[in-house]
Amino acid sequence: QELTFLSKQEILLAYKRFSELLPKEERENACSRRVPKSHILTLPELRANPFQHRICHVFSTSEAGDDSMSFEDFLDMLSVFSDSATSDIKSHYAFRIFDFDDDGTLDKKDLEQLVNCLTGQGEESRLSSTEMEQLIQNILEESDIDKDGTINLSEFQHVVSRSPDFASSFKIIL
Amino acid sequence: LFFPEEPHGAAPVDFLQELPSCQSARRRRGGTQERRAAPQGPAATRVAEPRALQQDGGEQAARPAREYPLCIAEKRRLRDFQQADIKYLSRWKKWKRSSRKSLKKILSEAKGVSSYLVLWRHDIHSIEGRFGTGIQSYFSFLRFLVLLNFIIFILMFSFVTLPIIISNYGIFNSTIAKISSKNIDYNCTIYEPSGNKGLVYFYTYLQDLLSGTGILEVTSLFYGYYTIDTVWISIMRYNLPLAYLLATFAYLALSLLWIIKRSVGGFKQNLVHDADPFQSYCNKVFAGWDFCITDPNAAQLKHRSLQYELQMDLEEERLKQKIADRTIKEKLRIYSLRIFINIIVIAVLSGCFYSIYRVTVFSQEKSNDISNLNFQASLLVQYLPSIVITLANFIGPQIFSFLIRFEDYLPAFEIILTLMRCVFLRLANIAVLLFSLWSQISDCAADKCEPCGYNYKLYPCWESDVGQEMYKLMIFDFIIILAFTLFMDFPRKLLVTHCSCKAIQWWGLQEFSISDNVLEIIYGQTICWIGTFFSPLLPAIATVKYFIIFYIKKICLIHTRKPADKPIRASTSNFFFLIVLLIGLILAFIPVGVSIASIPSSKACGPFRHFNTSWQVVPDTILGFPRGLQQVLFGMASEAFAVPFFIVICLVMFYFMALAGAHKRVVEQLREQLVLESRDKMFLIRKITEAQRH
Repeated sequence: QELTFLSKQEILLAYKRFSELLPKEERENACSRRVPKSHILTLPELRANPFQHRICHVFSTSEAGDDSMSFEDFLDMLSVFSDSATSDIKSHYAFRIFDFDDDGTLDKKDLEQLVNCLTGQGEESRLSSTEMEQLIQNILEESDIDKDGTINLSEFQHVVSRSPDFASSFKIIL
Repeated sequence: LFFPEEPHGAAPVDFLQELPSCQSARRRRGGTQERRAAPQGPAATRVAEPRALQQDGGEQAARPAREYPLCIAEKRRLRDFQQADIKYLSRWKKWKRSSRKSLKKILSEAKGVSSYLVLWRHDIHSIEGRFGTGIQSYFSFLRFLVLLNFIIFILMFSFVTLPIIISNYGIFNSTIAKISSKNIDYNCTIYEPSGNKGLVYFYTYLQDLLSGTGILEVTSLFYGYYTIDTVWISIMRYNLPLAYLLATFAYLALSLLWIIKRSVGGFKQNLVHDADPFQSYCNKVFAGWDFCITDPNAAQLKHRSLQYELQMDLEEERLKQKIADRTIKEKLRIYSLRIFINIIVIAVLSGCFYSIYRVTVFSQEKSNDISNLNFQASLLVQYLPSIVITLANFIGPQIFSFLIRFEDYLPAFEIILTLMRCVFLRLANIAVLLFSLWSQISDCAADKCEPCGYNYKLYPCWESDVGQEMYKLMIFDFIIILAFTLFMDFPRKLLVTHCSCKAIQWWGLQEFSISDNVLEIIYGQTICWIGTFFSPLLPAIATVKYFIIFYIKKICLIHTRKPADKPIRASTSNFFFLIVLLIGLILAFIPVGVSIASIPSSKACGPFRHFNTSWQVVPDTILGFPRGLQQVLFGMASEAFAVPFFIVICLVMFYFMALAGAHKRVVEQLREQLVLESRDKMFLIRKITEAQRH
C-alpha cells in the first residue's frame, strides 16, 4: 500500500475488478496473472479513452511486448491516475503516454497524432493541415523553451504545472 | 560533410548521453529502467516538494518510494534498498521514522472513512463520467451551497433560537426577562399581527404558508418573534440582542472566508503567470481530454467539442489579426454602434428597475387592505414583485444575447460580456426591490414617521415585512424551478422522442446551459444571505431547497437535456462561480449593513426594541466593559488608529505587488538565458561533430 497512492479500499476494489477480467478458473491466483490487452480495454474507464493503447503500453511490464498487464501494473496505473498522486508523477506518465514514438521527446509527429486522438477518429473530425500547422506552431511557441522544435520532459512538466485543468482531467477513479 | 540546415535532432546521441546533466538525472532516477533507450534530454528537474519530514540528519534526502515513476517491481526493490539503509540509523531516528509511518497510516485510514461521509459522492462521480468535469463542477458547487446553508442555519439556530426554546421549556433553570419600555411613544409599540383568531378558511393557511403572513408571522421564522431581551440560564446572563447581531456578522464572515478559501486555488493560477490561462493552447491540448469519461456517447461529444474549441481558437486568432488591420473609418463605425447598443442595454435595465419599483410599491399598498380581495387576487398581489423579477431575469438575457451579435467582439469576449450583464441584471433587481421597500418604510412625507423614525402605521414591525418579502422570493424561485422542469422539459422531451416531424426534431432538446443554472442558484443564495438577518430560519429552507434542486437537476440532466456544444472548462467554471458568488455576498452586505446601522429598528417587536438602531447594542455593551478595555476599543474605532492602519495595509499591498512584478521579470530573464544556453550547447555539439569528422 505504501508503494502507491491508493487507499486500502481502493486497492481491494481494484483487485475485485481485476479478477473479474480473468476467466473463472484463474481467479484465485489473480496476483500473478497477466491479462491480455483486449480484456483490459473492456473496462468502462478505458473503453472510451482515445489513449487506451498508449496507456496499456506504458504501464505494461511484460517482456513479451504484448502489452498485457499484471495486477501490479494495474495498480500502478490506478495509482498514477488517482486523486492523490503528485503532479510530478502525473506529468511524467502523461509525457510517456503522449510520446507516440517512444523517443523521449514530443516532436511534431507526436503532437499531430495527439491532436488527432483528441478530435476523434474519422476523416471529418480531423483538423485541416493548415489548422494543424497553426496549432502546432502555437503549442511549440508556448512550451518549447529551448527552441529546439521538440518538447522534452522538463518543458512538458513546466507547461503542465501552469495548466489549471491538468490535475482535474488526468484522473481515473474506479 | 556538414549540412548547415541539419535539423537539431540529428546531433549524435552518444554525446548527449555523456553530458553531466544527463548523468545526474539518470543517477537520481535509480537507473533501473531499461525501457527508455533514448536519453531524457536535459536533466529532469525533479523539484517534487522534498518532504521536509524525510530530511533526516546524516541521510540523503530520500523520497517515499511511491513518488518515483517506476513500475511496482522496481519500487519494491527501491523500498527494500531504502529500508536496508535504516539498519545503520541510530535508535532515535528509527523511532522517528516508524512513528511517522504509523501516523501517516492513521491519517489515511481517517481519510478513507471520511470520504464515505461526503454527500452525494457516487452521484457526482457518475455525472462526471457521463458528462465531463465542466458539468460536474456545477453539481459540486451546488453541494458546497447546501453545506454552507446548513452551517449557517446551525449557527443562527444555536445562538438565537435555541436559548428561547430552552427558556420556554425551563431546561437548566432558565427564565426570560423582558425589559419594559421607557421613553418610547406608545404609538410605536402597537403591533398586532393578524394571527388567526377564530374560524378561518382552509385557504388562509395555504396563503399564509406561501406568503409568510398570518400564522407564520408570529413564529420563530421571522424577526418579530424574538422579543425577549435576556435569557437567564442558571446564573448566566445571555444577552439575546447582542447574540443576534453577532451571529449575523458571524455568518457573513464565515461565508466570506469559506468562499475565499475555495477560490484561492484558481486565483493563484491567475496571479502566477501572465499568459491568458483560460485560452492557452497547451492547456487545451495536454489537459484537454477528461480521463474520467466512461460513456462512449459522451466521448463522441467530447471529441466534437474539442475539435470545435480548437477550431474556434484558431479562428479567433485569425480574427484578431483582422481586427488589427481595421481602418479608421471602420473603427469609428464599430465604436459608435457599440455605444448605441450600450445605451439600449442601459435603457432595458432601467426599464426593469422602474417596473420593479412601481410593482413593489403597488403590492405593498394593496396588501394592506387584504380583506377586500379574494384568495387568488390577494396571492397574486403578494407575489407580484417576485413575478416581475423572474420575468425580467428571463427576458433580459435573451435580449442581451440578441444584441451582442451586433457589437462584433471576439467570441470569447462576447460570452464574458453577456454573462456580466446577466449577473448585473439579476443582482441589481434584488437591490432595487429592497430599495423600493425601504423607500416605503422610511416614507416620511406628511409626518408619517414622526415619533418612531419610520412609517409605523403601515409597518409596525418592518423587519418582519422585509423578511416576508425575502421568504416570498425564495419560495417563488423554488416553485419556478420546479414548474419549468415539469412543464417545459418533460413535455419537450416527450415531443422530441415520439413525434418525428422535422421542425420539432430541429428544435431538439434543450441544452444544459451551465451559466444560466449557476446564476439561478447564486440569485437564490444572495436572497438567503440578505434574508437571514430578518428571518433566522431562512437558511434551513434554503438548505432543503438546494437539496431538492440537486435531485431535480440531476434527473433533468440525465433524461431531458443534451450537454452544450460549447462546454465551459472545469477551471474556468470553478473560478467564475466563486467570483460571482463573492459579488453576490458583497451585495448582500449592503442591505444588511444599512438595516443594522442606519434605519431605526422597529419599536414594537424584535430584540432591538430599546435601541435606536440595531447597531446600538454593541456600543451599549462596550460601555459595560471594564474601563481599560473600553478605552482600547474606542481607540481602535477612532480615526487616529484607522487612518495609519489603512496606510500600512496599502504599503504592504504595494510591497507584494512590486515583489510579484520583480519575480515575473526574473522568470523572463531566466527563460531567455535558458534559450541562449541551449543554443550554445547545440552550437558546441555541432562544432565537436565537425571536428571529429575531420
